[in-house]
Amino acid sequence: MGKRIGIEVSLAVAEAVKLADTDVVAAYPITPQTHIVEHLSELVADGELNAAYIPVESEHSAMSSCIGSSAAGARTFTATSSQGLALMNEMIYIAPVLRTPIILAIANRALSAPINIWNDHSDIMSVRDAGWIALFADNGQEALDMTLASYRIGEDPAVSLPVSMNIDGFTLSHFIEPILIPDQEEVDRFLPPFKPSLQLDIKNPISIGLLGAPECYTEARKAVDNVLRNSKKTVLKAFEEFDAVFGRKYNLVETYRHEDAETVIVTMGSISETAMTAIDEMRDQGKKVGLVRIRLWRPFPDEEFLAAVAHAKNVAVVDRHMVLGCSSGPVGLEVRSLVYTSKLRPVITNFVLGLGGRDVTRDNFKHICDRASSGEVQTRYELVGVYE
Amino acid sequence: MNKPASDALAKAGDLPLGFTAKPGSTVAFKTGDWRSVRPVLDREKCIYCGFCYYYCPDGVYQDMGKDEKYYKADLDYCKGCGICAHECPKKAIEMTLEEV
Repeated sequence: MGKRIGIEVSLAVAEAVKLADTDVVAAYPITPQTHIVEHLSELVADGELNAAYIPVESEHSAMSSCIGSSAAGARTFTATSSQGLALMNEMIYIAPVLRTPIILAIANRALSAPINIWNDHSDIMSVRDAGWIALFADNGQEALDMTLASYRIGEDPAVSLPVSMNIDGFTLSHFIEPILIPDQEEVDRFLPPFKPSLQLDIKNPISIGLLGAPECYTEARKAVDNVLRNSKKTVLKAFEEFDAVFGRKYNLVETYRHEDAETVIVTMGSISETAMTAIDEMRDQGKKVGLVRIRLWRPFPDEEFLAAVAHAKNVAVVDRHMVLGCSSGPVGLEVRSLVYTSKLRPVITNFVLGLGGRDVTRDNFKHICDRASSGEVQTRYELVGVYE
Repeated sequence: MNKPASDALAKAGDLPLGFTAKPGSTVAFKTGDWRSVRPVLDREKCIYCGFCYYYCPDGVYQDMGKDEKYYKADLDYCKGCGICAHECPKKAIEMTLEEV
């Protein structure tokens, strides 16, 4: 049945990597991700995890090593944040096309400049279109659970894609929470050993990472898009199996008091917990508000999202990243373009907040709900709480 | 539905997993059609020294043996770089424009 202990969320992620019996960890430390790989290096050094720990010289090398080890058939993990993810960028775009499953924990942190070590979602949004499956956790238990689920999803023969597991830097990664650490036997039941669909093997040699001339580049990219879109089925299946083994049910899009809500807030990550508290307080005042929380960011769960906002009059989309020179943040753009192609016609508003570690408060959500239901037409995103 | 110009070109649905290739696939992939000029050997001037054979970066020259005493370029793979003509000590190789 596992054991509930008080543990820092970063360490719980590392424990999940250990329970998954990961073969290779290639990583470079960067705040606020460091505690994950620091703990993993201890687990390897202490003989608790039988893995190769490669202390590489940069994140570019970290992701390169991960692609190589995954192609060699090893269960592979790394973690990064912000500038580290930016430095990985070249290899981040390569891993999905080579169909190398790699589990990447991102402790989300703002991108420079100005240099900032605190939380927002600008790092993950910089690789939005790279072809990775992207999951968001909103508390410590979810961080551990999503890490385990990431292996099950990415390594599935029908998928064979890298997966990023996103946790908010500091506001989630550095918190100590009561977390149920599952038994090894339970994890083994949920997560079979990695059987690579594609493998570097001297007895059966292949070349991985070929030139894609104009005659086949489009097709090679399209092949990944097909697989990424189809991976939604595997995510759903993995969540069902997770529920069967661990008794915790996850959905692609999570909802809270949204059934009769006139205004729904759309969030990703740990601010969802603050939003739920704010919604309870607004409900007490008779306001019909609810929450829709996106767990699976890529592939975007179109049908599930539309079903969740089907009855809403106002949809207030929260972004933790500023798209400079554009009308909406990335989540806002996603929702606007998706809803436009459906029959739904809610009033969609977009709010950017919580940048570079600025606190996101219950009052912020009350303000957002007031603005979203004001009837005012919003021509571009509102930057909440900016001093000007 | 768009169709590729040649059967040799893959569609998105039937590319190998991970965009991979088996060894030796370039044997089937003839790179000679990139060429705009071809090497033409004047066998009268050729002294069978083998410079063309050794200098060719694509290894397309084949030793025709002691009786024939010359090296022949495999035009399926020769890209027309002209290194053989440049290195030939007897100026026996001339790069000639390919006619379309």
